[in-house]
Amino acid sequence: MSDFFNHGWSVFVAAVTVVSLIACLWLLIVASRRVPMADDGSTGHVWDGDLKEMNNPLPRWWAVLFVVTVFAGGGYLAMYPGLGSHAGQLGWTSEREYQEEQAKARETMAAQYAPFAGQPAEVLAKDATAMGIGERLFLNNCAACHGSDARGSKGFPDLTDRDWLYGGTPAIIEETIRKGRHGMMPPMAEAIGGGANVSNVANYVLSLSGSPHDWVKAMDGKEKFAACAACHGVGGKGNPALGAPNLTDKVWLHGWGEQAIVNIVTQGKSSVMPAHEARLTDQQIHVLAAYVWGLSNGAAAAK
Amino acid sequence: MKVIPIVPAAEDEPRSIWLYEKQKKIHPRSVTGRFARWRWIMVWLTQLVFYGLPWLTWNDRPAVLFDLDARRFYIFELVLHPQDFIFLTALLILSAYGLFLFTAVAGRLWCGFTCPQTVYTEIFLWVERRFEGDRLARMRLDAAPWSWNKAWRKTGKQAAWLAIGLWTGISFVGYFTPIRDLTGELVSFGLGPWETFWVLFYGFATYGNAGYLREQVCLYMCPYARFQSAMFDRDTMIVSYDPQRGEARGSRSRKADPRALGLGDCIDCSLCVQVCPTGIDIRDGLQYQCISCAACVDVCDGVMDKMQYPRGLIRFATQNQLVNRWSRAQVLRRVLRPRVLVYSGVLLVIACAFVVSMAMRSPFKVDVVRDRGALARLVGDGQVENVYRLQVMNVTERTQRYRVTVEGIDGAVISSAYSLDVGSADARWLPVSVRVPYETATTLGPGAHPLKFRIERQHDGADAAAAVVEKSTFVVPR
Repeated sequence: MSDFFNHGWSVFVAAVTVVSLIACLWLLIVASRRVPMADDGSTGHVWDGDLKEMNNPLPRWWAVLFVVTVFAGGGYLAMYPGLGSHAGQLGWTSEREYQEEQAKARETMAAQYAPFAGQPAEVLAKDATAMGIGERLFLNNCAACHGSDARGSKGFPDLTDRDWLYGGTPAIIEETIRKGRHGMMPPMAEAIGGGANVSNVANYVLSLSGSPHDWVKAMDGKEKFAACAACHGVGGKGNPALGAPNLTDKVWLHGWGEQAIVNIVTQGKSSVMPAHEARLTDQQIHVLAAYVWGLSNGAAAAK
Repeated sequence: MKVIPIVPAAEDEPRSIWLYEKQKKIHPRSVTGRFARWRWIMVWLTQLVFYGLPWLTWNDRPAVLFDLDARRFYIFELVLHPQDFIFLTALLILSAYGLFLFTAVAGRLWCGFTCPQTVYTEIFLWVERRFEGDRLARMRLDAAPWSWNKAWRKTGKQAAWLAIGLWTGISFVGYFTPIRDLTGELVSFGLGPWETFWVLFYGFATYGNAGYLREQVCLYMCPYARFQSAMFDRDTMIVSYDPQRGEARGSRSRKADPRALGLGDCIDCSLCVQVCPTGIDIRDGLQYQCISCAACVDVCDGVMDKMQYPRGLIRFATQNQLVNRWSRAQVLRRVLRPRVLVYSGVLLVIACAFVVSMAMRSPFKVDVVRDRGALARLVGDGQVENVYRLQVMNVTERTQRYRVTVEGIDGAVISSAYSLDVGSADARWLPVSVRVPYETATTLGPGAHPLKFRIERQHDGADAAAAVVEKSTFVVPR
């Protein structure tokens, strides 16, 4: 990898660096001796009648320190990157240092998480330490979408109710966090005949949860709902294996009302929950899943 | 005065001079007297505090501990968070104005009596004197060839210096790692890499600065040395030789009348030069090298006593006093000049502000952070809900319970947990949801509306009730 688009630049920068270092030494040597200009040790220049420029010699130890820094600079350039694109003997990179720090932090962290390994979510949800860690993990990794209070918003599921798209057991929550989810509803307007049928199906869907609807339209839509039943089930109860939402409850992830449903049926929907296995360790995911499970089942839900 | 004839060098052979000057070793002669005693008092005072503080305990923890990992700074009852950085700023301003003030009044007192460079040099010189004797003995020892006598004296001195340096390094790190743990780690060779580095670095710096560099630090490194003299004026008390009284100098018998010999009071014994830690002759007048340690004052007073002349040939005096032969009262009157009054006034104002803000410091701090992912959401019955995160920082060392309420919007209520416990010197996040009824939201209209969080600390034992109000906004969507 090169920081330069042309190797010549690397050589140029390295040359300038080396020449500067040598020039420092050369300057020290050149400036070390001089012939006094006046008998009293001054330069012989006088201003305002009595202001003389005296010779105030630099302490020798100071000059020695100067030389030491020049050689230290040379040593640094040999060991670390700095001389053009020369990588240095130690092979140091900021990325490697970051990886090492991460590895070290993970090691320290492992000890903190050790007591939670193999503990079921039911137990962890009652453990104040585990839940404290879970809360912090949640705020740092999940709250941006699901909200600090985990109650979500439009398009982002509420994690505190008992309604789950893919199932709410600790194992499934863990899998959701680890691998992420991709919820896909294809545009269905043509499959159900288009036109007025879309509005009819929407009213039928509203009727499933006992929401306000036009019962005439709903009657007409019932037949066409067969196309939807492939995923949402004949009774509209949904299918956790596919992540197909239950349409019979009053949870409306993408908005409530006929128009919202018509939009989804016409345009389809694709929502993604990103995978976190690369960002979090298995131990973290285990505790986090227990915390999320606890939001609707454990001590936190009782509060 | 001695006149050294200047012989012109041969014209055809100009001799060049070396421009990197070798440090001339200064062997200050030991001195006793009023100011020497003051300096030793200051040495004891500053070093008892420095070496002693890390050992004090308070609330079952070190009384003074700067815990960099946890970012908590404990100073007796105070627990400071990084958010309290302003207090450090105030402390630095106080120190700066303090320095300005007493430099204007009495010169470089800081340099001569309390500066660590002076204090450690004094301690190291004392050790040197124990092993190698006073000025003359030391000079003789340095010139002598190596012998058993010279070897053990030099080794003993080095060992003592290194021990003091190392202990200083350990005490320094003891402000950042509890010193009892630190000494335990030291005994079991379990010191961390950074602790080892800082113990050795600070120890070596003490050893090098106080053992070898000494006056070089004041002459070449210290910025104060250069700018403190800019704060002098003709009414500043500085260590001065009184030339009107002293000249012409010359040796004489104790019984002789100097006036009859045409001499002043200075007997030209050169003791003032021998005791000077920076190697200058105070009789040449005010020089930037003078650290105002007053060693020459002490030694000259001793000589004057022996000669039965009045003391004070070298003394703390203002330039006006020396030139105009002012009386003590006249000098004291000039202390209250505008520059001193302005410095004192500013110092007083800052000190008051510092004390008052410390006293009125809230026992806890709160940050309100709005959720950014979703600004607002609609919940059952058309209510509008906003989510916030409150960080509550407890600056006391007892667990406290806090309660959160909202004000500023009629009908706004908290629909989530509204109380939390925060442990000693800890900080915790509390997610808070705030709901506003449909009617209010309609009246307010879409947009951001001011909302206040009121966080109350419950009255509990020694801790009185307290409250903090933090501003935020409530968003009603379109």
